[in-house]
Amino acid sequence: MAKKLMKGNEALGEAAIAAGALNYFAYPITPQSEVAEYLCWRLPQIGGNFVQAESEVAVGNMLFGAAATGKRVFTTSSSPGISLMQEAISYMAGAHLPVVLINIMRGGPGLGGILPAQSDYFQAVKGGGHGDYRLVVLAPASVQEAVDLMIESFDIAERYLTPVMIVADGMIGQMMESVEFPKKYRQQNDPSNSDWALTGAKGRTARIVKSLFLDGKKLEDNCLKLEAKYVEIRKNEVKYELYKVSNKNKILITAFGTMARICQTAIDELEEEKISVGLMRPISLYPFPEKEMFKEANKPNILAILDIEMSTGQMVEDVERVTKSVKPIEFFGHTGGIVPTPEEVKDKVYEILKKFKKDKKKS
Amino acid sequence: MSSNPNTIFNRPESLSDNITHYCPGCTHGVIHRLVAESLDELGLRERAVGVAPVGCSVLIYNYFNCDFMEAAHGRAPALATGFKRTRPDMIVFTYQGDGDLASIGMGEIVHAANRGEKFTTIFVNNAIYGMTGGQMAPTTMPLQKTSTSPAGRDVEKAGFPIRMAELLATLKTPSFIARGAVHTPMHIVQTKKLIKKAFRLQSENKCFSMVEVLSTCPTNWGIDPNKSLQWLTDNMQPYYPLGIYKDPEKTNGEDS
Repeated sequence: MAKKLMKGNEALGEAAIAAGALNYFAYPITPQSEVAEYLCWRLPQIGGNFVQAESEVAVGNMLFGAAATGKRVFTTSSSPGISLMQEAISYMAGAHLPVVLINIMRGGPGLGGILPAQSDYFQAVKGGGHGDYRLVVLAPASVQEAVDLMIESFDIAERYLTPVMIVADGMIGQMMESVEFPKKYRQQNDPSNSDWALTGAKGRTARIVKSLFLDGKKLEDNCLKLEAKYVEIRKNEVKYELYKVSNKNKILITAFGTMARICQTAIDELEEEKISVGLMRPISLYPFPEKEMFKEANKPNILAILDIEMSTGQMVEDVERVTKSVKPIEFFGHTGGIVPTPEEVKDKVYEILKKFKKDKKKS
Repeated sequence: MSSNPNTIFNRPESLSDNITHYCPGCTHGVIHRLVAESLDELGLRERAVGVAPVGCSVLIYNYFNCDFMEAAHGRAPALATGFKRTRPDMIVFTYQGDGDLASIGMGEIVHAANRGEKFTTIFVNNAIYGMTGGQMAPTTMPLQKTSTSPAGRDVEKAGFPIRMAELLATLKTPSFIARGAVHTPMHIVQTKKLIKKAFRLQSENKCFSMVEVLSTCPTNWGIDPNKSLQWLTDNMQPYYPLGIYKDPEKTNGEDS
């Protein structure tokens, strides 16, 4: 298919269709309402379902019910709406259901604002709902990558029977970029031979999809079953990108999503000034590229790590954790919808290099 | 099931042979049976999916012989919506108590009914929270004593009991809304008809259907099972009149 110019939110909707996901439940919220406005006419064209729910609480639970059919189901929302879905997310994780959720992140806490942010990192990566569970969390940096990850996320959700969340900031939802879809769209899956979906107890024993285990041992068994999946996910699903990483780098920048693209601009401009900086961009926030980031941070040429986020510093805690702070870690960020500029990134790099020069003189 | 031609009474195929955990005198068992008989008689078991609530009937999936999913408190109608929209060929029902449906799940049931979702809700109203140990429910009677209204329900502070059947019947969207009871054999037979009709309407892809069933809770009411039946007659039945509140097959009246 030829490249199309498309708004991120609409491209995400079309990507789900390309993945054969025709069951969509949503509630309007800025800055992602365009997904529902697109899919409300697009899905019926191809025999799909769209339900505008009464709340995001209901959306999450409609996803639960729809996912139990074994068909591909998804929703899109933004930060406060995702908070309301945490109940169902926890239940779906506990019940081993494959679903895909998109969070087009806006600033918080509370009602916050409608401008782009990355401040739901903790919520997505560290829990959000109650209990021993994890989500696979993917963070695209462009509309094309959002489309590609959207399609892949359904496969990941089905491979591990787990909810997958794509976190993109409001900028990716709202901006228009050229994007290419697969030539061949996937057919909607047929779960009639599934060994877990609820298809009716015809010629087999009745099936139960649940997260309730009143016996402590059985609940622990379910949590261990979940953990065993997360071990496999940590082994197989790590995704990241390196940009201009070389043994000349003085500083390694860590950033994800849109923020990483802004850092690339800063890195290009610094290169012209003969200042070598590399970027490590985690694409999977869970599983986090742990060994890979440690390896990059531990390289002898790296003086310091600079983590940049559109928040007051959330991923930086994972950067500290996985690099075991082998190098000094600096943080820079803006939040509330204010986006750090390439100039601010460069200024932070100058500041760090100056500090190292001073330290060198002292020693 | 026995194929003995002399068999005149048996366990419905839609029920499992597990022993229930319900208290002596509780009417959940009777209501389970009415649902199971309806599924059997309409030939729906093999494509039925139930949604379990949170409350006394949280383990209902152990007692039925059809597919089931377990919802969060109050959310069964949302799960049923998601499932039924994705698999309109299946028969979907929720089984919910009064705390589940009329309190924490009020939003989900009202909107599912208003969208005309084509599933069936069995709403068991026993005027109290049973599983958590007898707290006040939205359906608790005025002056009824519970563990969170020890002096009796104060309508000045807690308002009056919510009549769900009447409330849902006000919605313009066509639906089948009825209230039965299971405290006498006669009422059991009448309620069976309502439940069976609700499932039949679903199988004909007609409309949303809810049958509210007045039920007893001797344990948390603190009276013996026999007196509980009388208490239901004296206290609940006048406030919660039995009957059909909305019927898509009736062509006269406001719902025409």
